[in-house]
Amino acid sequence: MHIPDGFLDPKTAIASGVVAATGLGMAIRQVKRTFPSSRIPQMGLASAFVFAAQMLNFPVVGGTSGHLIGAVLVAVLLGPSAAVVVMSSVLILQCLMFADGGITALGANIFNMAVVAPLVGYAAYRLLRRILGTSERARFTAIAFASWISTVAASIACAGQLAVSGTAQWGVVFPAMAGIHMLIGIGEATITTFVVAAILRLSPDIRLASDGEQSKTGLRPLLGYGLVVSLGLVLFISPFASSWPDGLEKVAEVIGFSSAVSSKAVIPSPLADYGVQGIASSSVSTILAGVIGTLLAFVLSFILARIVTHRKKEAASHS
Amino acid sequence: MQISDPYIDRQGFLNKLPASFKFTFAIAAIVAAVALPRTCWRGYAVIATLLIGLLVSSRLPIWLIFKRVLIFEPFVLVAAMLSIMQPHGGTVFLSLILKGTISLLAMVTLVASTRFLDLLNLLRRLRLPGILVTNISLMYRYLFLLLFEAERMGRARSSRVFKRERWRIWHSNATVIGHLFVRTSKRAERIYAAMCARGWKV
Repeated sequence: MHIPDGFLDPKTAIASGVVAATGLGMAIRQVKRTFPSSRIPQMGLASAFVFAAQMLNFPVVGGTSGHLIGAVLVAVLLGPSAAVVVMSSVLILQCLMFADGGITALGANIFNMAVVAPLVGYAAYRLLRRILGTSERARFTAIAFASWISTVAASIACAGQLAVSGTAQWGVVFPAMAGIHMLIGIGEATITTFVVAAILRLSPDIRLASDGEQSKTGLRPLLGYGLVVSLGLVLFISPFASSWPDGLEKVAEVIGFSSAVSSKAVIPSPLADYGVQGIASSSVSTILAGVIGTLLAFVLSFILARIVTHRKKEAASHS
Repeated sequence: MQISDPYIDRQGFLNKLPASFKFTFAIAAIVAAVALPRTCWRGYAVIATLLIGLLVSSRLPIWLIFKRVLIFEPFVLVAAMLSIMQPHGGTVFLSLILKGTISLLAMVTLVASTRFLDLLNLLRRLRLPGILVTNISLMYRYLFLLLFEAERMGRARSSRVFKRERWRIWHSNATVIGHLFVRTSKRAERIYAAMCARGWKV
């Protein structure tokens, strides 16, 4: 999902850079306020850990293989604010050291994978924990579903950025990205659930940040995170999902950089103001597919949680 | 796992230039390539020639650089495929590939000729939040160590397991990752103690 250089137009690159910087800035402030300094090295090592974990290949059908993304894993282990900082560090290092992901698209990549993915996943996790209760099975169901939805949410944000940039048409890029990532999300859910189960098995005294008193993040940071994520989604997705005026274009006009940035002399896009066709007629089927996919993912999450808790019981009865 | 520090130690002039200068130049080249009109083929050629000229004249191993660009080329290709199904899709596709490849070349050249620590110092001077830079520095310090550790654990596991069943691999890989995290947080405690002993403050 790393967007390379050249795939975003200036207005999208700048807008996503601004929302990403806002989200990251809020997370850093939150970490400074609530994290004891003893956990700073842990955050740095967790970043290296995520990078190393992403290198392990999980074989899928044929010769293809997938790997962990890790946003929800870190959010559950260290808390949402630390997860934003950790995932941003991973993306910055990947960009500056291995040229993975474009530097002009760094803002967009941070927004999708380091802001949207951990925060949406963590919100889903907390919500499900509140609904499903405190049992082990509820915990793993919540983790699995949160991993799935964080992957899908990040891919939809990415699709929106590509479409707003005029790089690809929403009608093509949205079903392609969301569809593929609904499948990738299943892998992410499986790996995350297995990893958390392994961690709890290997060191039962470990305290997940999402369980302790840190889980009670104050209302203000939560509100702020929600605002940043929804602002980004409004900018990148609402132009296609509704008949509202193009949010980003509107903002660009209001702030006044639209004439400077998106003028056709700089980038004569052959797709300027190109309407997205066939959306209205297919929107019902899209929504239907989304609902069915989400329900399926939830059922799979429940099954995964059953497998993991069953395995634990078995191990306990053997020993 | 063939991941290693991308810095190539050569006595060329690119390696001797200050990091801030190279960073600015690389960003300028990337922004130029990204902002060029889609069909300005001559512009792409100029930037690419400039970059390759710099590479050749500063004695960097050019085939190694090209190989590194090729490693990431598939990602550019797949992303560009999304753009093909639209009017003028072919032109958009071609221009995206050119923009992506030139930017990759610029970034790969930058990291091959600049030590990562110099880039980190640059980020600090650019007033990035201290916690973020500290975090990335710590990550850089322990990255290869953890990669090596994960590889060792994976090798130890595969030498003890006979069956290579797909589901089993998923489970054992996840266990390796879990184990790695537990070790990592124990190591972090030791590192914190060592840092405090040396007078570290936030």
